[in-house]
Amino acid sequence: MSVTVTIPTPLRSFTGGHDAVELAGETVGEVIDGLLAAHTGLKRHLVQDDGRLRNFVNLYLNDTDIRQLDSTDTPVREGDVLTIVPSIAGGRPAVATELPKLSHAEVLRYSRHLLLPEVGVEGQRKLKAARVLTIGAGGLGSPLSLYLAAAGVGTIGIVDFDVVDLTNLQRQIVHGTSTLGQPKLESAKARLTDLNPNLNVESHETRLSAENALEIIREYDIVVDGTDNFPTRYLVNDACVLLDKPNVYGSIFRFEGQASVFYAKEGPCYRCLYSEPPPPGLVPSCAEGGVLGVLPGIIGSIQALETIKLIIGAGDSLIGRLVLFDALKLRFRELKLRKDPTCPICGDQPTIKELIDYEAFCGIGAAPAYQGPEVVAEQLKQEVDDKGEELVLIDVREPHEWEIAHIGGARLIPLGQLPDRIGELDGHAEIVTYCHKGVRSMKALEILRGAGFGRVRSLAGGVDAWASRVEPGMARY
Amino acid sequence: MTLRLSEGLLGEIRRHGEGAYPAECCGALAGRVDEGGAKEVVRLAPAVNRRTDDPHRYLIAPDDLRRLETDLRAEGLEIIGYYHSHPDHPAVPSAYDTEHAWPWYSYLIVRVERGRGLEAASWTLDDEQPLMRPEFLEVLSEV
Repeated sequence: MSVTVTIPTPLRSFTGGHDAVELAGETVGEVIDGLLAAHTGLKRHLVQDDGRLRNFVNLYLNDTDIRQLDSTDTPVREGDVLTIVPSIAGGRPAVATELPKLSHAEVLRYSRHLLLPEVGVEGQRKLKAARVLTIGAGGLGSPLSLYLAAAGVGTIGIVDFDVVDLTNLQRQIVHGTSTLGQPKLESAKARLTDLNPNLNVESHETRLSAENALEIIREYDIVVDGTDNFPTRYLVNDACVLLDKPNVYGSIFRFEGQASVFYAKEGPCYRCLYSEPPPPGLVPSCAEGGVLGVLPGIIGSIQALETIKLIIGAGDSLIGRLVLFDALKLRFRELKLRKDPTCPICGDQPTIKELIDYEAFCGIGAAPAYQGPEVVAEQLKQEVDDKGEELVLIDVREPHEWEIAHIGGARLIPLGQLPDRIGELDGHAEIVTYCHKGVRSMKALEILRGAGFGRVRSLAGGVDAWASRVEPGMARY
Repeated sequence: MTLRLSEGLLGEIRRHGEGAYPAECCGALAGRVDEGGAKEVVRLAPAVNRRTDDPHRYLIAPDDLRRLETDLRAEGLEIIGYYHSHPDHPAVPSAYDTEHAWPWYSYLIVRVERGRGLEAASWTLDDEQPLMRPEFLEVLSEV
């Protein structure tokens, strides 16, 4: 059957300017399918994602609304005219009365936002009404809390229990030299409220745990994860899934970072991506592996951006996408993430229905693989003074760490080279291995013991313990 | 895009909004498109707001619209857009406005603050994204 479909003025740009299109089909539905196939630009305006007609699109077959007939199953006859008639609807925002108003000073402060149609007065008021929880006031927490505060987010909750340390300031820009030694919460609150006095900061001076996570997170609209360890990351994920909250994720290591938005209601969660944590010790923390100071600035800013987009409802969020950033190559890559139907927490048949023991889940607290004899820094100092060169000191760190500081008289053999260079060592000598904090030197001990060395010990706490207690003039890192 | 209308017609829209306050008024803009692509409003076609359940919503029913289009065609005019009032709210589109917007049409919004008609602004749907862009509203003064 050949049917004429009349196209309303606003949609003619999608049909090459034609006000009517001839199409074949047996039913109204078939004719419309044919129309959408021939003019794909019409889809967005006529049908929803599930293919059904949008509710303010009306179809008239000759002079009758098809809802009074058999809807899209209505059969058509040769020469029928199918007319698309828009319903015109709108109105001022109904929620406006519930959103906080902006003062004149706020209008001025956020004027560059108000100029963007995507934000506008309505978006800015949504930001003012928003309650965002950031987990951690460290590398990621610094830039993201600064930008969220500057953007006018009304309430920012921060969970942290640490104090500001000199090694933090290379990247944790919410803190400063003047706040060294202060709790990070106090330091961050002072800086954030200086940036924006309208901001309400809620401090949670605690370690987020299975006992308190639900209670804390429940009070917020969005959670931004700035943690640096796996137990907390799984904890935040699970709590957000159980409470139906979006979790804006970011992580950094050395020169690389990742970001995504995990929101089980609309997409995958962290467990869909990583069902199991890596074995403990496999992925070094920033304290062990280092991190370029700018990197958390980039990833934390992406987290702030995604948070703001979720609040104002603009753009395409990172839900279902993982962004990978390589700072050295300056390259962004994107991976599509799928919801895992077998996911233990957000899948079809979830097995996790409450929070679990995340330390145990991540294998932390279990006995280390190898535990050899250790020597404390003060005793080692005594022995070095008494025995001199008879005691062989081996530094198993990397050359760039050796350059920062090392113990006088030690030999540098990086851990990775130790198995190949074992022949350089005297099997009968008394040996002490050391590294930065005592973990790698224990691995070195295991290698030496395995090769038949009998008189080997490891410096407990590494060169860091030596620098703090034996040689205070030595540089620490 | 440009939407051109006379000061007198804009005044009529304000008065329509003031009369409907605290509910919203609505209507169609009847006119022509010139060679340069600018739209010019020739007359207003006030419509019946079919939403009576919520004072912050308006709806022009398809049957009303079909009748109006037939009348306008006889006059050599077409619907080039719509107008509505925002009682106690700025003349910027709400999310609901954007969600229901059609391409090409001009959506003129007038703010009615405590019963008094104030500023007006006209908006069109972005070609790509579901958001409204302001268009140039040229108000012609009558000599």
